[in-house]
This record gives sequence, C-alpha cells and structure tokens, in this order.
Amino acid sequence: MVRFLAAIGAVFLGFLAATGRLAMFAGLALATAFTPPYYLRAILREMINVGYFSLPVVGLTAIFTGMVLALQSYTGFSRFAAEGAVATVVVLSVTRELGPVITGLMVAGRVGAAMAAEIGTMRVTDQIDALTTLSTDPLRYLVLPRLLAGLITLPMLVLVADIIGVFGGYLVGVYRLGFNPEAYLNRTHQYLETNDVVSGLVKAAVFGFIVALMGCYHGYHSRGGAQGVGQATTYAVVSASVLILVFNYLITAAFFGR
Amino acid sequence: MSDCSAASKISVRGLRKSFGRKRVLNGVDIDCDSAESLVIIGGSGTGKSVLVKCIVGLLRPEAGSIRIDGVETVGLGRGARERLVQKFGMLFQGSALFDSLRVWENVAFGLIQGRAMERQAAKEIALAKLEAVGLGPEVGNLWPAELSGGMQKRVALARAIATEPEILFFDEPTTGLDPIMADVINELIVKCVREAGTTAVSITHDLVSARKIADRIAMLHQGRIIWQGPTPDVDHSDNPYVEQFIHGRAEGPIKMEVRAM
Ligand SMILES: Nc1ncnc2c1ncn2[C@@H]1O[C@H](COP(=O)(O)OP(=O)(O)OP(=O)(O)O)[C@@H](O)[C@H]1O
Ligand SMILES: [Mg+2]
Repeated sequence: MVRFLAAIGAVFLGFLAATGRLAMFAGLALATAFTPPYYLRAILREMINVGYFSLPVVGLTAIFTGMVLALQSYTGFSRFAAEGAVATVVVLSVTRELGPVITGLMVAGRVGAAMAAEIGTMRVTDQIDALTTLSTDPLRYLVLPRLLAGLITLPMLVLVADIIGVFGGYLVGVYRLGFNPEAYLNRTHQYLETNDVVSGLVKAAVFGFIVALMGCYHGYHSRGGAQGVGQATTYAVVSASVLILVFNYLITAAFFGR
Repeated sequence: MSDCSAASKISVRGLRKSFGRKRVLNGVDIDCDSAESLVIIGGSGTGKSVLVKCIVGLLRPEAGSIRIDGVETVGLGRGARERLVQKFGMLFQGSALFDSLRVWENVAFGLIQGRAMERQAAKEIALAKLEAVGLGPEVGNLWPAELSGGMQKRVALARAIATEPEILFFDEPTTGLDPIMADVINELIVKCVREAGTTAVSITHDLVSARKIADRIAMLHQGRIIWQGPTPDVDHSDNPYVEQFIHGRAEGPIKMEVRAM
C-alpha cells in the first residue's frame, strides 16, 4: 500500500517538476520581451512561417469540416424535422470549437514539429551554444519570436478558418441540401453572438502559444543527435495536441460553463 | 600558485564536471596569461571540449573556480554573464554554423546581433574576415550546407574572430583541413595572438599545429592536467604520457579501450 502511494506521489512530483520547468522556460523567454534588443526580423519571419504558410492546410481542413458538419447535422436533424437549425449549428460549432481546435491541431503538426526539429538540430549541432558565444540570447533570438508568432497569428488563422468553414457549410447547405441562400445566411448570424467568436479567438491564442512553446521547449532540450531530435519532434506534436484538447475544455468551461 | 592567478587572464582551479555517473573533469588546474597562446592536447574523449565549454560558461561545472581577469565566473548572473561573453570568441569542433543564414551573415552575426552594427558595414568586415581565412567574396553568398567540411571550419573561424574578442577558443581549428590550409590557419591564429594581443586557448590533436601556435602546451588525461610546459619542452617532457602522445604510439601508459579483433 505504502509503495503504491509512493509511486503515485513520485508520478505527481514528476508532473509538478515538469510543469515547473516548462513554466520557468516560458517565463524566461517571455521576460526577454521587456528589454531590448528586439529581433523584429526574426519575429516577422516566424509570423509568416506560422501564419501565411499554414493558410492552405488550414483552409482545406476548414472547408471540409464545414461541409461535413452541414451534411451530418442535416441528416441528424431531419429525423426530428429540425433541418432549419443546420446553419446555426454549423456556425456555432465552427467558431466555438472546430475552427480553433482543428487549426490548432493542424498547426501543431505543421509548425510545432518544424520548430522542434529546427531548434533541436541547432541544439545538437552546438548552434545554440554558438549563439550564446556571439552575445545573443537564444531564448530571445529563437524562442520569443516563435512564441509571439504563435500567440498573434493563430487567432488570425482561426478567423480565416471560421469564415472558410462557414462557407463550406453554406456550399453544402445551398447546393446540395437545397436551402434558400438568403435564409441560410440569415440563420447563420441570427443566433451568433460576439462571445462565440471571441471565445474561439481566445482559444486560438492559447493554442498558438501552446504549439510554439511545446515545439521550442522540446527542441531546446533535445540531446543525442538525429534520434534525439526525432524524439523531440514527436513529443512536441503529441504534447501540444493533448494540451490543446485539455485547454479547449478548460476555456470552454470558463466561457460558457455555469 | 594561487596568488599569481590575479595576473592571469584565465585561471581554472579544481574544476570538476560529470555527466550522470561519468566523471569527465576531475580537478583541472590551469592558467593562461594575457596574450598567451595555450594549447590543450589529450586523447579523444578526455574532456578537452568540455573543459573549454566550462570556461566559456556553456556548461556548469559541479565544483571549482574559473577566474577571467581575476573575476570569479562560476555562478555568475545572467546580466554579468552576457557582458563577460562579449570578451569571448569560440570556434566549435563541429563548426556550428547557422544553417538558416548565409555564410556572410554567419560571419557578421556577432557584429549585427551582438553589437548592433549596420548590416552593410558588418558585411564588409565579414568579407574581409573570410578573405583572411582564404575564402573569396563569392563564398559569402552561399549557404553553409553548400560548403565542404574544411570550408565550414574556416567560416566558423572567421565568425569567431570577426568581433575581435579578447579571448579566443579554438576547438580543433585545423582538423579536416589540408596541410597547406592548416598552415594558413595556424599563421592566422599566431597573428591574432602576436599582433592583436589576443589570448588564445586551442585544442588540437595536430602536433604540427600545436608546435606552431602554442606558447605553452598542456596535456589533459583522465580528468586532470598531467603535464604543462613551454612548447619546446614537449620533446623532452620526461613524462611517459606526453611521450606516448606526441610520438603516437599505441603502447604505453595511456590505454586505449579497444580489444583485438
Ligand atoms: N553533453 C554531454 N552529455 C553527456 N556526456 C557528454 C556530453 N558532452 C561530453 N560528454 C562526455 O564527456 C567526455 C569528454 O567529451 P569531450 O567532447 O570533451 O571530448 P574531447 O576531449 O573533446 O574529445 P575529442 O578530441 O574527440 O573532441 C566524453 O566521454 C563524452 O562522452
Ligand atoms: Mg572535442
């Protein structure tokens, strides 16, 4: 019994220690934002990388998500003659949940993995040490721009995903299910509240930060050559994905739970 | 010994460093005077790179003291560490060029990011440094991945000296270079020390290079400095370890952990 409790305690302590290390890493990196120098070039480059180059994949996933949502809710709701709710269901699910979550997961796979691999390679080839010897703080030069890029560009991406997702629902609704276009659009913003979109954007900012933090953290602490970098990449994607789903629940509960 | 350490540029005492259970440095004592060129020799895996990384502050030793210009640097805070690092330039064993930047941006990195110099001015200095290591201006616009290993090493050397730091650390500067280019690099290091008054700590396996660039040679073995002396003395050190090393003999007190096939 004692041994069993000790094991649980050890796991719990390990969890606390890991959380502490992560918080420390994030804190140190964010603290560099309050003093010069600022590497604006690096920030811009990361924003383009995270935001702009994710547009195709995010757009594609968003449009199909909206389309399938319309199709599914139609077949479901027609069983109790509530087809009219399709537009509302699509817009609420996309803005509140699916837009941010699917964008977050796609970006975790695309950007989080790339960050972990790039920073991890820099770590195992001494490039991070080289930065230090050239009077450049790696947290300031490598990590902060990525964290900011995640934080700022994910809400923008999600806004785009929301629009494309709703448009996907509209396409299916109008051209396949035969809704009146005007009525569908009316239904779309009839029940939509500011909070629905805002909560989605807050989620997006948090998810963007999580993806970048996991990518940087695991890359920064990788060791042992190509294998270590591969492992860091896996950890970055898996931990970011899990945390996205956990925080998705927590933020939803904070906004809409009562 | 310890009272003269105030005059040395670098003074290391009782330095210990382990990785997990593996003890790498086990009480290293070494000094390096201002404008002196110290060369550290020793077998592969004895911890030469680890020693230099400890001095530069990239690794944190478990015990011991490292004084630079008489100031203790072990356990220094972030701000003070940042100021101290401005004195250093380092060539890494694996070159460690930034592969997301062009060659000239690599060389100019310390000037642009570290010293906030204008890009154009920094580029001119970078091209001059590249020329000093035998690379023409056309190389400046290439990416590090497009260079041969020896060229990468020379770019890394140019990057280390670009900011004209007070103390230079060279981890195997001539490994992977042909003998003629190796000699060009040796000359360059000697020039840095003689003309610019730079203090240089180099690691090398290349005894030709060591004899050429060193004012003093120290040998690291099993976590300690087992011998040190002026360069001419390596040939009559009366130390069996040093003798074996400089003559490159498989038999002797240094046991290589290999088994006959
Ligand atoms: N980051 C690290 N983690 C674990 N062990 C390490 C690490 N860095 C070095 N070591 C160990 O420390 C020992 C010394 O390594 P070091 O790189 O200093 O050798 P070296 O003397 O420079 O050898 P070489 O001449 O081959 O470059 C090695 O046995 C190595 O396994
Ligand atoms: Mg080495």
